[in-house]
Amino acid sequence: MSQDIYVVIEHLREQVADISYVMLAAARESAQNTGGKVVAVLLGHNAKGLAGNFAADQVLYLDHSALADFNPDAYQKALTDLIGKNQPRTVLFGSTSIGADLASVLSIRLNLPLVNSCRSLSKDGKFVSQICGGKIMAEGELPAPTALVAMIPGGYKVEQGQSKQSPPVTQVDVPVLESLRVTLAKYIEPAAGDVDIAKEQILVSVGRGIQNKDNIALAEDLAKALGGVVTASRPVIDQGWLVASRLVGKSGKHVKPKIYLTLGISGAPEHVEAITDSEAIIAINTDPKAPIFDIAKYGVEMDMFDLIEVLTEKVKEAKGR
Amino acid sequence: MNIVVLAKLVPDLVEELTIDASGAALDMTFARLIINELDDHAIEQSILLKERSGGQVTVITLDLEGADDVLFTAAAKGADRLIKIKGDFAGGVSNHALARACATIVKELQPDLVLTGVQAHNDIDGSAGPLLAECLGMPYVGYVHGIAISDGKSKVLKEYPGGLVAELDVVLPAVLGVQASEQPPRYVAVSKVRQVMKTSKIEERSASEWDANGAPIIGRMFQPEASTHATMITGNADDVATKLVGIFKEFGVL
Repeated sequence: MSQDIYVVIEHLREQVADISYVMLAAARESAQNTGGKVVAVLLGHNAKGLAGNFAADQVLYLDHSALADFNPDAYQKALTDLIGKNQPRTVLFGSTSIGADLASVLSIRLNLPLVNSCRSLSKDGKFVSQICGGKIMAEGELPAPTALVAMIPGGYKVEQGQSKQSPPVTQVDVPVLESLRVTLAKYIEPAAGDVDIAKEQILVSVGRGIQNKDNIALAEDLAKALGGVVTASRPVIDQGWLVASRLVGKSGKHVKPKIYLTLGISGAPEHVEAITDSEAIIAINTDPKAPIFDIAKYGVEMDMFDLIEVLTEKVKEAKGR
Repeated sequence: MNIVVLAKLVPDLVEELTIDASGAALDMTFARLIINELDDHAIEQSILLKERSGGQVTVITLDLEGADDVLFTAAAKGADRLIKIKGDFAGGVSNHALARACATIVKELQPDLVLTGVQAHNDIDGSAGPLLAECLGMPYVGYVHGIAISDGKSKVLKEYPGGLVAELDVVLPAVLGVQASEQPPRYVAVSKVRQVMKTSKIEERSASEWDANGAPIIGRMFQPEASTHATMITGNADDVATKLVGIFKEFGVL
């Protein structure tokens, strides 16, 4: 049993994911309560070099050919062994496509408590989770003896988890990783979109509030008048109303336009994490309590259908002048 | 192919959420429950697989308000068996308890594949899918948006950030957390659901164990007080549009 805070580093194809640094920053804050070390846990194959800028006291490195790419089965086995042996105070995972395949499974396998959707850890040993699409926060004492925690972004800056000084790396033994039930066949690259939305300066982004596929044309008209393109939140893409290359959010693209104009987007955390680098977010929504208004620079509480066409005309007029 | 889908009922976020007198839980008295959106995708995916290669689809949910609607709607879409888990859920429903209770029932059904939504907005103690998978001793893969089955193996498409997708071979039986079905969940007319209500039967099972061990204790719930709030632009559509054009100019995009 130790007071250390472990951070399970997420990386894919030689790129460390931003959530890893967010977790290292959270671990630093939490370590002030426990008095333990911040330990980055890096699983991979010939991947030691990724640890260079981790703001950690120590890196535990597990090297195995079965860990070369993310494999839930292999990662679970390796982490079961490590956490079981070392019993740290806390283990942080990303609430992501990688971490979500691990934390819940390990909670049952190791019989350890799990906190999900955690946004921040405090110096006094508490967690704060964000649930219900960002509308509710839940706070509690970090459970014992070892708390597994799945973190969402938003509570810490990436830079807080980075350091100019390389932490010491200790290579640790990896258990036998055989008879894996999941194997990677191949990666499928994202389909080249008509436009790269990450590079666009003006985005008109539609959410569930757009109601149907036909209404997308209204947003297209506005975007065209502004010289921008239309993007969308997840429900719109899942309905097949827009192509996947226009998806802004956790599984889609992170964007950083000058103007991010949202139409009927409530501001669920999965969407918000991908738009915070926008210069100005302008939100149009009928729900005055929509979380999008908390991160937008300007807000309009109005039915988008009362506004879009009028706005498109005004933009055209302004351009014509 | 024997497919089981676990569907959760969650508070509708369109409605106002309030915190109860304890200060540590949502007030469920007036909350409207709806199917977790991603579980609806899981149901759709199960029906697509059945249509493609035959088999049976069983949908399981807890006996909360709205459960019958969820189950009969699934039947109207093509689900064959409907199971409702009875119990006293007044103290709230943790995913750890849900997974353990379901595991006993799912085991009896001997599925080849278990599908559920990859997450729900009220997941405070992990997600139902991976918790259930480990209770069943099955492999788990989440963030799935495509499944193909052949020769007792599944080929699964898993999403990563930025649009990257991994094609994984997963040994069956397995639990998969669905992010999106291959087609949008189909619409069924209310009349069809009513018709199905007359012919379909909901089987009732009791939760043999209700063990929430592993879920954190919530000391306090609160609505977030944002440190910033948008500057609200008011007026009629014409006024608002004029002001927005001014802002576009200010940012140099017009």
